Amino acid sequence: MGFPDRIERTVEVAHPPAKVWAALTTAEGLAAWFGNEATIDLRPGGSARMRWAEGHVAEMRVERVEEPTVFGFTWHIYGLPDDDPRRTYVEFTLEPAGAGTRLTVVESGFAQLPEDTYHKAFDGNTQGWASELGELVAYLDAA
Amino acid sequence: MPPDSETVAEQVFVALADPSRRAILAALAAEGPATATDLAGRLPITRQAIAKHLALLAEAGLVTAQPGERRRVRYRLRSAPMQVAQQFLAALARDWDGPLGALKDHLDKSAHEPGPAGATKL
Repeated sequence: MGFPDRIERTVEVAHPPAKVWAALTTAEGLAAWFGNEATIDLRPGGSARMRWAEGHVAEMRVERVEEPTVFGFTWHIYGLPDDDPRRTYVEFTLEPAGAGTRLTVVESGFAQLPEDTYHKAFDGNTQGWASELGELVAYLDAA
Repeated sequence: MPPDSETVAEQVFVALADPSRRAILAALAAEGPATATDLAGRLPITRQAIAKHLALLAEAGLVTAQPGERRRVRYRLRSAPMQVAQQFLAALARDWDGPLGALKDHLDKSAHEPGPAGATKL
């Protein structure tokens, strides 16, 4: 079984990099093809957010902004619990290709598993409820 | 040192491949720690089979035995291996083909719209 750490896709689009850049990095652009609503503070460390009609929300943190060639952000790993601190890094690279653009997206970090997170998850998470419930019981007993 | 993530994910998927083990894990998730006898009372599985499955699940690190007398040993779920397997599933479930197709459509469509985008919308 292979554990994919990164996913890569390349598409050729018949539009210049500046136009593709706008679609990737503006609220109007993102809301037109990716989410249903979007906000973005386009600078490293800035926040971006997308919301879909069915209610799913993605919170992103902008990491790289090199107009019009590299746009990178991190986001929560889809499918993991909301409080899981691990994030994947998504990087779009735009290269001129004739009159159009070769757009590559790489999402990496799926296999990250720092040992401390592993141990914390192992012993912290499963005991978390038990100890919180224990504290609640103690609180109620004392009242 | 913890086992590598591939090994952990494999153990989770092997464990989940069996319907009786899925039922046991679901019961522990839903109702908390339980003995093999408790589980036999709740599930249509014999106590002997439950004990066998619990041994396999404990070996894989998916449940842990809490100290107690024989037959009173309670098993509880360990969630960490599930989180490793979830991460594997997350990579498989990540869809870039759909969004990139939508991006191409968006660029093509807006190229054919003269004037400011939105002018022809509601």
